[in-house]
Amino acid sequence: MRSGRWAIALWASLLALSLLIVGRTEFVADLSFFLPGKPTQEQRLMVEQLRSGVASRLILIGIDGGDAETRARVSRAMAARLRGDSRFLHLANGETQGLEADRRILLEYRYLLSSQVDAERFGAAGLTAAVQDGLDQLAGSAGLLGKSLFPRDPTGEFMHLLEAMAAGHQPHLAAGVWSSRDAGRALLLARTAADGADTDGQAQAVMAIRAAFQTVAKAEAPASLQLQLTGPGPFSVNARETIKQQVSMLSGLGMLIIVVLLGAVYRSLPALLLGLVPVLSGALVGVAAVSLGFGSIHGITLGFGTALIGEAVDYSIYLMTQRERGAGAEGQARWLVRWLERYWPTIRIGVLTSLCGFGSLLLSGFPGLAQLGLYAMAGLVTAALTTRFVLPHLLPADLRLRDLEPFGRRLANFVARAHRLRWLVYLAFAAACVVLLVQRDSLWNRELAALSPVSAQDQALDMEMRAELGAPDVSYLVVVTAPTSEAALAGSERVGAALQKLIERGVIAGFESPSAYLPSQNSQRQRQASLPADAELRARFAAAIDGLPLQADRFAGFFADVASARQLQPLTRADLDGSSLALAVDALLVRTDAHWTALLPLRAVADQQQRIDPAPIRAALAGTGLPEVYFVDLKTESDRLYSGYLHEAIMMSFAGLAAILGLLFFVTRSLPRVLRIAMPLVIAVAVVISGLVVAGQQLNILHLVGMLLVVAVGSNYALFFDQSSAADAGDLPPRTLASLALAVSTTVAGFGILGFSSVPVLNAIGVTVAPGAVLALVFSAILARRP
Amino acid sequence: MSRVRTRLLRFGFGLALCAAGGNLAAAPFGIVQLMQSMAESKPASATFSETKYLAMLDKPVESSGELRFIPPNRLEKRTLKPKPEMLVLDGDQLQVERRGKKHVLQLANYPEIAGMVESIRATLAGDKAALERVYRLDLRGGFNAWVLNLVPHDARVAGIVTRIRMEGARDEVRRMEILLADGDRSVMQIRPGIAP
Repeated sequence: MRSGRWAIALWASLLALSLLIVGRTEFVADLSFFLPGKPTQEQRLMVEQLRSGVASRLILIGIDGGDAETRARVSRAMAARLRGDSRFLHLANGETQGLEADRRILLEYRYLLSSQVDAERFGAAGLTAAVQDGLDQLAGSAGLLGKSLFPRDPTGEFMHLLEAMAAGHQPHLAAGVWSSRDAGRALLLARTAADGADTDGQAQAVMAIRAAFQTVAKAEAPASLQLQLTGPGPFSVNARETIKQQVSMLSGLGMLIIVVLLGAVYRSLPALLLGLVPVLSGALVGVAAVSLGFGSIHGITLGFGTALIGEAVDYSIYLMTQRERGAGAEGQARWLVRWLERYWPTIRIGVLTSLCGFGSLLLSGFPGLAQLGLYAMAGLVTAALTTRFVLPHLLPADLRLRDLEPFGRRLANFVARAHRLRWLVYLAFAAACVVLLVQRDSLWNRELAALSPVSAQDQALDMEMRAELGAPDVSYLVVVTAPTSEAALAGSERVGAALQKLIERGVIAGFESPSAYLPSQNSQRQRQASLPADAELRARFAAAIDGLPLQADRFAGFFADVASARQLQPLTRADLDGSSLALAVDALLVRTDAHWTALLPLRAVADQQQRIDPAPIRAALAGTGLPEVYFVDLKTESDRLYSGYLHEAIMMSFAGLAAILGLLFFVTRSLPRVLRIAMPLVIAVAVVISGLVVAGQQLNILHLVGMLLVVAVGSNYALFFDQSSAADAGDLPPRTLASLALAVSTTVAGFGILGFSSVPVLNAIGVTVAPGAVLALVFSAILARRP
Repeated sequence: MSRVRTRLLRFGFGLALCAAGGNLAAAPFGIVQLMQSMAESKPASATFSETKYLAMLDKPVESSGELRFIPPNRLEKRTLKPKPEMLVLDGDQLQVERRGKKHVLQLANYPEIAGMVESIRATLAGDKAALERVYRLDLRGGFNAWVLNLVPHDARVAGIVTRIRMEGARDEVRRMEILLADGDRSVMQIRPGIAP
């Protein structure tokens, strides 16, 4: 009894400590579950982009319903509200904003900004060519409109700048605002102040947009207008909502089923409550362990963890159902000693095999898997130890629960005849192997999108609005990092020159660069230096227009502008305030920690299905000789990352399986027995997986976790059958059979309910474990050696 | 309702033509009838030559090329000389292609340009309402030889264009003169059909 008191004291203080940790634990539901813990440089850039890059902050807004005029009114009113909101950096809907400021800046600084300006262009021959070109343009269609600028800008630098900047995609306009091509939807584009990874900030932004729409649409016919929001922010906000909601609902439901089940079987409230003690202790310690190990716990781990209750409750079931009735305190002590002799070793091996399985997850580079592994290990060990050392001392001597002997005997009748069904099991195994062999190449889904909680419908809507808006999905990026913004701009200019050649070769259709809007100070000074002094310019210009129908004295504005351009301080980011140029620069030139990052999104050639061949890009970048330049292909990179996780997880699962087999051999010292224990588990996993494949599911990394669980849970069942046959004790005692039946029911309840989740990761675990556990028990019973 | 009225008008126009016999000039000819016959015309191609008289230049500059109108709202202007250039007005988008680069302007963002290009397109399309949104219309002459003067009442357009004068015969525009607010002007001669 002394040891009992110590155990209870230790257990209570562990729970108190866990409770303290859990109280401070942050619960998250963002991308972090899927992002690498130890990234390479390219992965780090990718993660940075996914978490806080240009694209991660974009929210695409669509207004459906009503007529074009109504949608345009709503669009304008919403934009006006949101532009005054500090949660948004920028809101665009096609209204002309800041164009006057842009025009003023471009005109004033045109000789410092235009890439055409160099010494050659301002030589006599260069001037002649430029002015002749200008004259031809005057003759052309735009002549009547462009002519007013000709005397000030005879070399056409201003038009050149406008052309260079307007090269991107322009959305369609209807009633003065952006709209879809069929004009059925008004479109807006918001850039949030919060990072894409800041789900709280994104939730605030989404709420602000919805509120603005509600207020504005109220004045119109509210029922006919609908708001559509897509983009990384709204998606992660929705995903968090969904995960939160489903985790609490499904796990609550699973818990309820387990409680009802145990209540119905035990017919005793104290027994029911005491039976839950190990489980709840395990869950609490599991959360605390993950919190200590990772700093926070993901909603998905939590959802998985509550399902694990279905397994952890097994231990107390094995204890409670074996309990003998009455017999007083002394009888109880004798009973416990017998239980520890006959059942505890089997349970202990079961726990150890589970630890081997989940231990392999702990080493995964995929933080999500490592979390699940840690949670499961901490939870199961706690539940088992609580059952072994604490629970027996908590059971009151007069605890009465229903005797399961009669139920067990009925089960035993079935089991006795079960071995006749052997051939059926082998047949199922053979069929499963055939299915898996035939489908082996398409078995696994290697795309990260397979885990995305965003519905296919929402993804399609996002693609559609993105294409209409011409918003970057930033799949392909060249990233230049440097210690200063100036160096980053200079680097992006050199990269830009290399990319320009790739455009000419047809490798890419185009690119954006911060230096298109804000050239480096150095470039600006070089251009400035190539501008001739006033007297020299007048002389060269007079020579250049000799023979053209022009009089030099009409170009006083030109001479004055060049003279003042020679005196200008180079343009800086601060000079751009209030113009749309500032927004463009801020999106493409970002400060991160101690360094500056210039982003150059690439556009794929139209007929190449939005794909870009990385080889020539990498070659061109290597040719620049710049040290910190990377080509990032977000989709390929994230898929490669995930596929790497998957490969690693498969390898680790095999390692885990080998460890389990090794453990079993160590305990049984008999290869045939190891095979007999492993056989039903392997067949159960094969049958479940082939069943999923036949049902049209592609396997992802969480199915693998499910398989590990089937082996972990099933090994308990197989061990019980094995122990009894090894001890030549004949068939399993009826009460043990009954407890196994009850154990599998609770596991099915806990995990089966996850199968109804629309969150792919939870669903994958549910649909694997629930049928797998049942099959593992049934196959173990059928394949058990008869004495 | 409007379709019925259009039919009646057409019928009335036909009657007037019949009654007038050979003497068309004497027939009651108005903007409604002109627009009506424009609206009925099929896709048309023409060659143009344009002369711009600009104060800043010692002598006028010339350009020439092809025009194509596809009812109701697509107008293509392909300049061949002195430099190739393609200008397409389609719906409320103006697309300019020059030196291998394509630019798309949304007319809604440029009311002055919109006013100018609308004058020729709305005339060709016979869209009287669109014309009258920007211009005061003054039609003289008869169906076989008419002159249509457009004077902007929209202030932004008036800041650039003083008057546009179109001359034509039947449902064809033959000459178009744009007089700008600063005194510069442009004259475009249009010949039906595309030269071989």
